[in-house]
Amino acid sequence: MSVLSINNLTVRFPGRKSTFTAVEDVSLTLEAGKILGVVGESGAGKSTVGNAVIGLLQEPGRITAGEIRLDGDRIDQMPEASLRKLRGKRIGMIFQDPLTSLDPLQTIEAQLVETIRVHLPLSPAQARERALELLKAVGIPGAEDRLSQYPHQFSGGMRQRVVIALALCAEPELIIADEPTTALDVSIQAQILDLLRKLCRERNVAMMVITHDMGVIAELTDQVAVMYRGKLVELGPTAQVLGHPSHAYTKSLISAVPRPDIKVERFPSVSYIEEETPPSSAIDLSTHWLGKTRSHEPVTGPLLSLSDLSMRFETRSSVFPSRRRYFDAVKSVSFDIREGETFGLVGESGSGKSTIARLITGLYHPTGGSIRFAGQDLTALKERKQILAMRRQMQMIFQDPFSSLNARMRVSAIVAEPIRLHRLASSNAEVAQIVADLLDHVGLGAAAGDKFPHEFSGGQRQRISIARALATRPRFLVCDEPTSALDVSIQAQILNLLKDLQQELGLTMLFISHDLAVIRQMCDRVAVMRNGELCELADCEGLFTSPGHAYTRQLLTLMPSMELLAASQQG
Amino acid sequence: MGPSGQDQTSSAAPAPSVLRRVLDSDLTHSFLRSKVTVAAATGTLLFVLAAILAPMIAPHDPFDLAGLSIMDARIPPVWMEYGEPRFLLGTDDQGRDLLSGILYGLRISLIVGICSVFAAAAIGISLGLVAGYAGGKIDALIMRIADVQLTFPAILIALLIDGAVRGIFGNLDREIFSFWILICSLALSFWVQYARTVRSSTLVEKNKEYVQAARVIGIPSVIIMIRHILPNVLGPVFVIATINLALAIVTEATLSFLGVGMPSTQPSLGTLISIGNDFLYSGEWWIAIFPGVALAVLVLNVNLLGDWLRDALNPKLR
Repeated sequence: MSVLSINNLTVRFPGRKSTFTAVEDVSLTLEAGKILGVVGESGAGKSTVGNAVIGLLQEPGRITAGEIRLDGDRIDQMPEASLRKLRGKRIGMIFQDPLTSLDPLQTIEAQLVETIRVHLPLSPAQARERALELLKAVGIPGAEDRLSQYPHQFSGGMRQRVVIALALCAEPELIIADEPTTALDVSIQAQILDLLRKLCRERNVAMMVITHDMGVIAELTDQVAVMYRGKLVELGPTAQVLGHPSHAYTKSLISAVPRPDIKVERFPSVSYIEEETPPSSAIDLSTHWLGKTRSHEPVTGPLLSLSDLSMRFETRSSVFPSRRRYFDAVKSVSFDIREGETFGLVGESGSGKSTIARLITGLYHPTGGSIRFAGQDLTALKERKQILAMRRQMQMIFQDPFSSLNARMRVSAIVAEPIRLHRLASSNAEVAQIVADLLDHVGLGAAAGDKFPHEFSGGQRQRISIARALATRPRFLVCDEPTSALDVSIQAQILNLLKDLQQELGLTMLFISHDLAVIRQMCDRVAVMRNGELCELADCEGLFTSPGHAYTRQLLTLMPSMELLAASQQG
Repeated sequence: MGPSGQDQTSSAAPAPSVLRRVLDSDLTHSFLRSKVTVAAATGTLLFVLAAILAPMIAPHDPFDLAGLSIMDARIPPVWMEYGEPRFLLGTDDQGRDLLSGILYGLRISLIVGICSVFAAAAIGISLGLVAGYAGGKIDALIMRIADVQLTFPAILIALLIDGAVRGIFGNLDREIFSFWILICSLALSFWVQYARTVRSSTLVEKNKEYVQAARVIGIPSVIIMIRHILPNVLGPVFVIATINLALAIVTEATLSFLGVGMPSTQPSLGTLISIGNDFLYSGEWWIAIFPGVALAVLVLNVNLLGDWLRDALNPKLR
């Protein structure tokens, strides 16, 4: 008998104006010791399936049809009191963010013992013993000592291990993991995936992994369920679904995943997500407004040159210098960016790559070293007029499309603001024309200008962000993780757009990402950073084929294996 | 994913009219759903209308000294023994009609309340924005002033200002100046709350990427504060303003009661209560009670409205 079986599950969210069907007619089964991956893009309903199983649907969501069985017992109509006993005892949960899923004010021991004693009839001493055993099982070194520590004393990866231990407390038959590694760095992601797989096999637990990441699916799961807009479009063994997808959506989704193994000119356009309105016409740079950038004086040597750049933040301020504590985010980093190239900056969180972007664009002032742009030392500029002239030439695209646009301004006003500030157009009519052109050019259509940012999806917002960055006719664009908050198919579109724009406008780009596959697709040269230091600087192809630094080699081996995906993309 | 995953973007439908959008908004919906709120809004509206239309609907003009007669003093309400139909709610010790006094008093109370709320909000919002955005020493300076300010009760500040102004300028024409002194003292006692709220929201907003984007574009700090941050931090301010309106009216009444508010020739609700207080023990209860009830009901209505607004504007409670 299967541990979990879901039959014709439909979940609806009745709203004031209309009822939203989040999950429609989904059926799947899961055997003990197997791992099922539920994959889909945001809004596909994958988390809703997980929440329905544990009976924690967000208000006003309701299961309107179908049934959920755990070991043959129906659990979808259970009263809340018995469901509460079920959760933790028979179903364990692993959440996305290890930083918030543990209580910061309780020791690990207190949290584990509490959970164990709620579900199992054990004495405090026995429960403590079991907690210790669990910590050892999830691979936490020095478990004996760490038991009495608080969550903030654990690193992100270790905390996620504690969360896994919590899920295992009462020997559940089923574990639901909702994006278990999304908040973690690649190196830690690999370890956690290993651990999850091992635990599943050893303890014969069934696991349902909800993720948007094809890499995680390929690494971890035995079976995959692909969801699209609430419907289950494909279900089968992982190798089969990834290697020979039968549904058109699965195919397009897989083709949109950036390939780490080979550089392609463009991402295949994903026809399934009809988000883009194609620009009405290709622009002729000799006459178009965007082409007037050519007024820049040509530079000899690199366009941007960092030398011994350092940035130190005060983590504890004090009147007495001896009591101050500092954190060195960037430690004397030097590199050059040549005109017209895309320069990649890659590293894990905390490596200082975003700090460098903010130093270059003037959001932070460096504590040491210099930044030369087109021969000008930016750190030495004092006059506002000169600073403004420099700001116009370099623009930035931010990571989070939901916070990078002012929610209270219309899109046209957002894009027009830099044009007006730098007096790049002579009349209001001209500004309006330029804004319409820009919006059209980033694939939104000129009519988008009258709306507010919240009326757009993440990918569309990122296009608005790009239009705003282009509005000053920059020659240098800093992209700080421009696609890490987006779904893969949208990511492919945005990366294509950036490539096109760069070629058309001859832009120089600094492209920051934690994702090596994306870096490989976008960049000409790559710098690898770790703990604020530059590890390696190499040609993109060279870096991937013959990495010089040990850390680079480690990063490369940690990329989720994509053989299955690669095979399918070639086929 | 939750219900927000619903995709309603990029529809080609024409934008609905402003009225339609307002009628269709979640705010209108939550307003109409709560009966208490509708009642409170109606009540507040009635009070405002009564205040505006006071010269037209009041049976007597309390400012017309020629129309007053000491013979009419302390007449009880119409339903009591010795009550007269001319004076529905009775008269005060000068022979003024209490109903007319309340209507005119409402005017003064509301004007003082609204003006002081605007003044306090203006001071508080600008200082809060500057403190939050500039940070560092400026922030520390402004917020320490605010802390010191908080240790003084509003009434004490008002008394201080009133005393100081009188000490400096001597006995001014009280009728004109007492109004402005009131507004100043109320504004100076209430700005701290706005400043703290706006500062904390500004601290959150200034680290958001849209503000950083504006800085990368090169927009000057003042414009970033006004155009980008201000509209995003105003939500809580509206709520504080409605609650403070009620508070300001009550404080004005207290000040008038203590004798530093409006002069007795221009009675506010507080002045009326203060006058009536002298007669409470001699049996003429109506002089204090009726203005008191009017004040209590007005404050209750405005407070209920403010409560609803606070919840309705909080996206977590929606």
